[in-house]
Amino acid sequence: MTAETLFPLVPWVVLIPLAGILINLLAGRALGERGVGLVASLAALGSFAVSVLLAVGLAQQPEGQSLLLARWMSIGSLNVDWAFRVDTLSVTMMLVVSGVGTLIHIYSIGYMHDDTRHNGDPARFRRFFLYLNLFIAAMMVLVSADNYLMMFVGWEGVGLCSYLLIGFWFEKGEAGLGNARAAKKAFVVNRIGDLGFLIAMFTMFWAFGSLSFGEVLPRAAEAAPAVLLAITLFFLLAVTGKSAQLPLFTWLPDAMAGPTPVSALIHAATMVTAGVYLVARSLPIFAAAPAAQSAVLWVGALTALFAATIAVAQTDIKRVLAFSTISQLGFMVAAVGMGAVVAGMFHLITHAFFKALLFLGAGSVILGMERGHERHAQAHDGHHGGFDPQDMRFMGGLRSRMPVTFWVYLIGGLALAGVAPLSGFFSKDEILAAAEQVSPAVFVVLLIAALLTAFYVARQLALVFFGQGRSEAARAATESSPVITVPLGILAALAAVGGALNLPGSHLLGDWLHHTVEPLVEAGFNPLTAGIALVIALAGLGLGWLLYGRSPLTRAEEPDPLAVRLKGLFTWLRRKWYVDEIYNALFVTPYTRLSQMLAGPVDQGLIDGVVNGAGGMARLLGNLGRSLQNGYVRSYALIMLVGVALIFTFLLAR
Amino acid sequence: MSINDFLAILPVLVVLVTGVLVMVADVFLPEGRKGIAALLSGLGLAAGLGAALAAVPSTGTAFAGMVVADGFSLFLDALFAAVGLVGIGLAYDYFKRMRLQRGEYYTLLLFSIGGMMLMGHANDLVMFFLALELLSIPLYILSGFFRARLASQEAALKYFLLGAFSSGFVLYGIAMVFGGTASINLEGIVAAVRDGSANLTFLLVGAALLVVGFAFKVSAVPFHAWTPDVYEGAPSPLTGFMSSATKAAGFAALIRLLLVVFPALGENLAPVVSGLAALTMIAGNLIALVQTNIKRLLAYSSIAHAGYLLIGLVAVNSSAAGDAVAAMLFYLVGYAIANLGAWSVVVAAEQAEGRGLELEDYSGLGRKYPWLGVAMLVFMLSFIGVPLTLGFWGKLYLFRVALESGLFGLAVIGIAASLVSAYYYLRVVVYMFFRDGEGVARRDVWLNLIAIGSAAAVVLMALVPGDLLQVAAQAVLRVP
Amino acid sequence: MLEQWMYIGIFMVVAMMLPSIAIIIAGLLSPRRPNPIKNSTYECGIETVGPGWPQFRVQYYIFGLVFLIFDVETVFLFPWAVAYNRLGLFAAVEAALFIAILAGGLIYAWKKGALRWL
Repeated sequence: MTAETLFPLVPWVVLIPLAGILINLLAGRALGERGVGLVASLAALGSFAVSVLLAVGLAQQPEGQSLLLARWMSIGSLNVDWAFRVDTLSVTMMLVVSGVGTLIHIYSIGYMHDDTRHNGDPARFRRFFLYLNLFIAAMMVLVSADNYLMMFVGWEGVGLCSYLLIGFWFEKGEAGLGNARAAKKAFVVNRIGDLGFLIAMFTMFWAFGSLSFGEVLPRAAEAAPAVLLAITLFFLLAVTGKSAQLPLFTWLPDAMAGPTPVSALIHAATMVTAGVYLVARSLPIFAAAPAAQSAVLWVGALTALFAATIAVAQTDIKRVLAFSTISQLGFMVAAVGMGAVVAGMFHLITHAFFKALLFLGAGSVILGMERGHERHAQAHDGHHGGFDPQDMRFMGGLRSRMPVTFWVYLIGGLALAGVAPLSGFFSKDEILAAAEQVSPAVFVVLLIAALLTAFYVARQLALVFFGQGRSEAARAATESSPVITVPLGILAALAAVGGALNLPGSHLLGDWLHHTVEPLVEAGFNPLTAGIALVIALAGLGLGWLLYGRSPLTRAEEPDPLAVRLKGLFTWLRRKWYVDEIYNALFVTPYTRLSQMLAGPVDQGLIDGVVNGAGGMARLLGNLGRSLQNGYVRSYALIMLVGVALIFTFLLAR
Repeated sequence: MSINDFLAILPVLVVLVTGVLVMVADVFLPEGRKGIAALLSGLGLAAGLGAALAAVPSTGTAFAGMVVADGFSLFLDALFAAVGLVGIGLAYDYFKRMRLQRGEYYTLLLFSIGGMMLMGHANDLVMFFLALELLSIPLYILSGFFRARLASQEAALKYFLLGAFSSGFVLYGIAMVFGGTASINLEGIVAAVRDGSANLTFLLVGAALLVVGFAFKVSAVPFHAWTPDVYEGAPSPLTGFMSSATKAAGFAALIRLLLVVFPALGENLAPVVSGLAALTMIAGNLIALVQTNIKRLLAYSSIAHAGYLLIGLVAVNSSAAGDAVAAMLFYLVGYAIANLGAWSVVVAAEQAEGRGLELEDYSGLGRKYPWLGVAMLVFMLSFIGVPLTLGFWGKLYLFRVALESGLFGLAVIGIAASLVSAYYYLRVVVYMFFRDGEGVARRDVWLNLIAIGSAAAVVLMALVPGDLLQVAAQAVLRVP
Repeated sequence: MLEQWMYIGIFMVVAMMLPSIAIIIAGLLSPRRPNPIKNSTYECGIETVGPGWPQFRVQYYIFGLVFLIFDVETVFLFPWAVAYNRLGLFAAVEAALFIAILAGGLIYAWKKGALRWL
C-alpha cells in the first residue's frame, strides 16, 4: 500500500463514528446494551485503524497531503471546502484521539452499565454512546481540517458534545440543577472563547483573503504586525476558553459533573488539548507576532502554577484531577507559546495517556465506593445517608480492597509527578529544558508548579489508597470488573513507556513532527535540568508523604494536615482563590441584572409592544387578503383581470 | 426529420410512451393489483431519469427548430422525473387507504410530467402552448380524482375554468408576438428584434400576456387565487407533486421566454416582474400567517416561494443572467425536496374524509412519531431559510444574485418576508412538539422513506452547496 | 411609442366590433316573420319533446368524445393518404405510431365499457 492509496481514506476517520451513530440510532433498541457498546467501540476502533493506516502512508510520504472532499461554500471571494489535511501533526492528534477514545469507549461499557443503574435510568445507556461517538467524529473534524472554518465546525461540535455530556444527568446535582448549571457554565464560558476564534477568523480572511492552512500559513509574515497581533490574541482567547487557561478556566472543574469517562476523554485527554493543537498548527502566525507568543507563554505558565496551588487543597477526587489537568494544559500552552511544539505535543500525548488513566482509575474508585456503600446499606437495612462517593476524606485503605486500581493509579500518579522513567518525566523535562533556554522566570514558575504537582499526587495517593478506610463504604469497597480494569492496564502500560516516543537521543516524535512544523526552540536533553526536575518531583512526593502518608488520617472529620499548617491560606486555596466569586460579582451578577432589566421593562414592555403591534398589523393584512379569497371563481377571474389591467396601465404609462 | 430529433426529446418520449402503456395495461389489471400500474410508472420515470442523466446536452435544435435539448432542459427533465417518482411514492399508499386505487392516476401523472418536460424543451411558442396544455389538462382531471368528494370536484372545476382563462392569455400573447415579429419561433423572434423589423410594442404586449399566463401557473399574486382552493381540494399526494413540479415547469417557460425578450424589452418588462415578485412575497407570506389548515398553509407557502423565485427572474435581466438561472434552478431543487418531504408528512397525517388536516390535528404528532416530527422540523427550517439547510443556501444564492444585479429593494423585501414566514412555519413545529393532542399518523414505509430521505437530503446537501450550484450552473441554456 | 399603442387600441376595438357588427347587421337587415315552427329549437330535424333543459346521460358525452377522436384521426390521415406516394417509409411509420396511440385509447375505452350503451 502506498501513500496515494492510503491518504484518500481520511474522510473515514469522521464517517466511521458517524456510521456508528446511525446504526445505534436506528437499531440501538434492538441491539441491547452490549450491542450498542460494541458498535460504538468498534466505530472508535475503526477510526483508530484508519488513523494507523494514514500514519503508515505518512511514513512513506512524510510531507502529507490535502484532500478535497467537496466544495462547501463559495460566496464572493470566500471559498471554503470540505478538505482534509493529512500530515504528521494532524495524524498524531488523530491517533491520540481515536486510540485513547477507543479504550475509553470500552471502559464506558462497564462503567455506564453501573452508572446508569446507580442513577436509576438504564435507558440512557444508548444516548451516552451516541454522544461519545458524536464527540469522536467532531474531534476528528477538528484535527483533520484543512482550513480554519472546518476546524471551527469541529471546535463547536466538541463544545456541543461537552455540553451534552456534562449535563448527561441533567436532573441531578445540587437542587436538581447542579449538573445542568455546570453544563451551561461550560457552554457559556466556551462561547466567549469561540467568539475569539470567530473574530480571529474574520480578521484572517480580511487580511489574507483565505482561511485555508495552505494559503494562510506560508504567507503569515506578510501581514501587518498589528493584524497579526489581533489574530493571534483572539486565537489566544479561544485557547483559554477551550483549553481552560487563565482567565477562562473556571468551567473545567465544574465539568466534572459529567460521567467519569467523559472527564477522562473530553476534559482531560482530547478536547481540552484542542487549544494546544490550534497554537501548534498556527505556529507560523504566532512566530510572526513575538508579543503574542510571550502572552501565550505567560498565560500557560501562570495557569500551570495557579491551578496547581488550588489542586493541593481539594477534597473531591475528580476535582484534584481537574485542576491538575488545567495545570498540565498550562505546561503545554507554555511550551507551544515558546515555540517548542515538539515538547508541547509530546506532553499532550503522554498527558492523554496518564491523565485518562488517572480519571478512569478515579472512576473505578468511585464505582468501588458506590458498591461498598450499597453492600453496607443492604447489610444495615437501607441506611442511605448523605454520602459522596467522590470525597477523598471518606476513602482510605483502598490499596488492599482494590489492588489493580491501586497499582495502575500509582503508575499514573508517578507519571504525572514526573518520576523517571515514566512517560511524564520525559515530556515535562523537555518543556522545562525549553523554558530554561527561553526565559529563566518561566522556568522557575514551572518548577514550582512541578513541585506542587508531585505534592498533590502524593496527597491524593495517601488519602485514597493508604491508611485505613474512613467510612463504611470504603471498608466494604470491591474491585471493578475486567471490562474496566483491562483498559486501565493498557493505559497504565502506555503511561509507563510513553516516554519512548521521544527519548533523548532518538527523537522519534521530533523527527516525525518536523515534516509539518518547524519548532522555534529545539529542546534538547539537558542532564542538569533533568536532574533538577527529578529532584523537585521526588521532593514534592516526599513532602506529601511526610504530611499525609506517615501518620494517615483515621476519621473523615479530622482536619487536613495542610490546613493546620497553612490556616487561612488553605481556605483561599480550597475556594480556588475565590475566582468564581469574583467573576460572579464582576460579570455574572451585573449581567443578570441587566438581563432582567432588558427582559422586563424593555423587552416585555417596549419591544413586545412593537412586535405585537407589527404582528397584529400583519394579521390584519393577512385577514384582508383572506377576505378576497371568497371561493367564487368569478371573483378570482376578476382579480386576475384587475392584475392584467394594472400591468397594462403601467406599461402604457411608461 | 430524423432519428436524432427523437433522441433529443428521448426522456419526454419515454415518459409519454410509459403513460400510454400504463393506460392500456391498467384496464387488464384485476382489482386490487393496481400496484403494478404504480410500479410500471415508476420504472418508466426511472428510465426517463436515466435518459435525462445520460443525454449529452446539445447546442442545436430539433424538429425544425421546435424543441431544444440543452443542459437546462435536461436538468429539468431529471428534476421532473425525480419529483414524479416521489409523487408516485406519495400516492401509492394514500389511494389504497382511501379506497380509490385506480391506474388512471399514474397514467395522467405521467402525461402531465411529459408536458412539464416538454415545457423545458420548447423553443417555439406553439410548443410552449402545447406543453402547457399537456401538463395542465391531466392536472385538472387529477384535482377532481376524489369524484365523490365535493371539495375535490370544486377544485377541479375551479382549476379548469381559471386555467382555461389563463391559457387564453397565453394564446392571445402568442398572437400578439406573431403580430409584432412575424414569427413564433424563439429564433425568429430574436432575429426580428435584431434586424429591427419587429414592432416592439406588439412584442411587449405579447410578452406581458405570456408572463401573465405563466405567472398563473407558478401562482404569482395576483394570479394566485386558485392555488389555496385547488391545493386544499385536490388529493394531497397530487398537491405535493403539483406544487413542486408545476412551479418548476412554469419558471422554466418564463426563464426561456424572458431570456429572449428581455434584451429588447427589459426596461419595460422587468419592472412588471419586479412588481409581481414583491407582491407575491408580501401577500403570500402575510396571508399564510392566518391559515389554520395545513394544506392551505402550504399553498400560501408555495405562493411565497414563487415570489422569491421571481426575484431571480428579474435578475435574468442583467449581466448576471447565468448566475440568476443557476440560483433559480438550485432554489427549485431545494424547494422541491423540502416541499415533497413536507407533503409526505401531510399525507401520513391525513385521515379518511379529509380529516386530520387542521393544525390542531398535528398536536403532539411530533412526540408520538419522532421521525416524522424531526423531518417536518427540518423542512420548516429549510422553508424559512435557516442556516445548515438547503433552503438557506437557496435563498442566499438568490439574494446574492439580486444584490449583484442591483435589486436591493427586492432583496430587502425577500429577507423581511422570510422573517415573517418563520412565524407560521414554526407554528407547525410548535403544534407538533409542544401541544398535547391525539394526533395520529399513518406508518407507511414509502412515506417514512420519503420524509426521512428528504430531511436527510436537505441537511446533507446543505453541506456541499458549492458542488450543487456547480451542477446547476453547468445546466446551460441555449440562447437563440 | 404612444402611436403604436394606438394601433393596439384600434386592433382591440376592431376585434370587438367585427362580431358585434355582424350580429347587429343581421338583426337589422333580416326580415322578421316568426311562426311557431321557426321558433322551435332546432335539433337534428326532430321536433322537441319535453322541456328545453333535460338531463342527458353522461354516456352521451362519452360517445361524443370517442367519436370526436376518430373523427380527428380521419382528418389527420386523409392528407397523409393523399400524399402517401411522396412521403416514404418514415411517414408510414409515423402514421402507424399515430394509429397505435389512438388504438391504445380505443382499447381503454372498450375495456372500460364506454362503447356499450346501457
